[in-house]
Amino acid sequence: MIAVDVQDLQKTYRVYRKREGLWASLKGLFRRDYHQVHAVAGVSFQIEQGEMVAFLGPNGAGKTTTLKLLSGLIYPSGGRATVLGYVPWKREIPYRRRFALVMGQKNQLWWDLPAQESFRLHQEIYRIDPADFDRRLDELTSLLEVQKLVGQPVRELSLGERMRMELIAALLHRPDLLLLDEPTIGLDVVSQRKVQDFLKFYQSEQQLTVLLTSHYMKDVQALCRRAIIINEGEIKHDGSLDEIVDRFSTYKVIELLFASNSRPEGLERFGEVFEDNFPRAKIKVPRNQVPEILSALLANYSLEDVGVHDRPLEEAIAEIFTTTKSTGAEAVVTAGR
Amino acid sequence: MRTHWFILRTCISERLAYRGDFAFGTLVRFLPIVSSIFLWSAIYGRDDSQVINGYKLPDMIAYFLLVMVGRAFSSMPGLASGIARDVRDGTIKKYLTQPVDMLMYLFWARVAHKLVYYLVATGPFVFVFYLCRSYFAYAPDLATIGAFILSLVIAFLIGFLMESLIGLISFWFLEVSSLIFIFMMVNYFLSGHMAPLPWLMKIFGDDAASQGTARLVMMLMPFQYLAYFPAALMLGKHTGADLWQHLAVGAGWVLVLLLANRIVFARGVRRYSAFGG
Repeated sequence: MIAVDVQDLQKTYRVYRKREGLWASLKGLFRRDYHQVHAVAGVSFQIEQGEMVAFLGPNGAGKTTTLKLLSGLIYPSGGRATVLGYVPWKREIPYRRRFALVMGQKNQLWWDLPAQESFRLHQEIYRIDPADFDRRLDELTSLLEVQKLVGQPVRELSLGERMRMELIAALLHRPDLLLLDEPTIGLDVVSQRKVQDFLKFYQSEQQLTVLLTSHYMKDVQALCRRAIIINEGEIKHDGSLDEIVDRFSTYKVIELLFASNSRPEGLERFGEVFEDNFPRAKIKVPRNQVPEILSALLANYSLEDVGVHDRPLEEAIAEIFTTTKSTGAEAVVTAGR
Repeated sequence: MRTHWFILRTCISERLAYRGDFAFGTLVRFLPIVSSIFLWSAIYGRDDSQVINGYKLPDMIAYFLLVMVGRAFSSMPGLASGIARDVRDGTIKKYLTQPVDMLMYLFWARVAHKLVYYLVATGPFVFVFYLCRSYFAYAPDLATIGAFILSLVIAFLIGFLMESLIGLISFWFLEVSSLIFIFMMVNYFLSGHMAPLPWLMKIFGDDAASQGTARLVMMLMPFQYLAYFPAALMLGKHTGADLWQHLAVGAGWVLVLLLANRIVFARGVRRYSAFGG
């Protein structure tokens, strides 16, 4: 069953183009030059119920604008979307009860009060049955390891603790759709891992539909199998994460650990040496030549260990960002169901 | 209703979080009335029988004390600027994505704000009125007290709705601080905060026809309900049918402003660009 159906969605902003300087500021009082920014330029995709999809793109690509459209915060300039059977920008109360939006840089909890008071208010706003509320709060606080912190004013919590509280507030009413905008931004490694582990477990257990934006590829790799890549308001790729590496990675990385005591010579004959930290080295080799180069390396050097890795996902994605930006390449939609 | 009660309860808890600052801020608000008493005493001089525009010195002091009560209900510090800030930095998202009515939410937050204020201010209010009891010429009857309470409720509603309306204009302009300043200036004159409104209305002339026009102008503006009307009512300036007519017009203003808020909010949300990431 399709939870999110987006067809040719567009959002265009009229933006004031201010020139530099005092004179330009004065002139701007009487006459202003505006230009159109196509933040979302005809985006189409579908998300199945229970699917967790990464929505990736560089800053200003249109990710957050799309999330705002899907949460009904803004009206589109064109196209259509139905989310859980509702048109989001009609902002009907039944729709608002069925989704949650979490923005990593925005606080929805009461800053000066303990999180439990915000939770209690959510119970009333979303009309959650008291027994369900107690059970869910208990479950969520224990999964996110914040039981002892719910009585502490939010302003006294660390960023990581606060984000976990935000997630609890977003999930207490058991939404069918969770829109997550950079949920791990600014978090330390431990907190990132806790949020990732929680989202992974909770999403699979509840069959929650999740659309996630993140600049941390570790989030994406840990949580999603499908990624939609957007740049300059257009979809550049819609498919599995593995496909991204396959399609956009022209080389693999061979990692070597030398057994000999002396530095090996002539390694550059086999590929681009991009890390040389004897006795370790890493070389980039064309994907289709891996077997031959590997056997040549084994024949020429005394090696203690060898590893072959795919190119890191973030590099492949960064390449998509830069190539699609500079060339205006066609969208690559391989699994846009 | 239960949700509103929880919003109210949570807002009260929040207001009480910074109790020291709150108590200090509440008490400091009594300073202007002290300066008003000194100022008007200086204007009237030592002659207690002097009458200016129908007011003797005790009438003036009683008027300003009652204006202070009216303003304790109608003034909404930080409401319009708070809405503008929420629109600008994107905090408003929580009202638009949760199943809650933003205006009702803000209304109950303001009720909480006022309730906590009265909790702290009632003692000092009673003390100030006790010290100034000699300025009041007579004790009002029960019907007048009832009408006074009703006028205070209207003052609160009109004050809230006018400020929220200015705040909602931020959907178009983002920055409304100049608008708030203009509103405060106009409010200061036309609500009777500076001087009793009939004094200002003398610019229309002293004859009966001019005063009729002045009265109509006052009726056509909601400002008098913010301070002048509750005070004038308690001082016996409005009685009988005139009193009820004023209360009915005040209630009418509440409805007009409520409708305006609803329309501006609906159009503003449609225009909203969800700034702030």
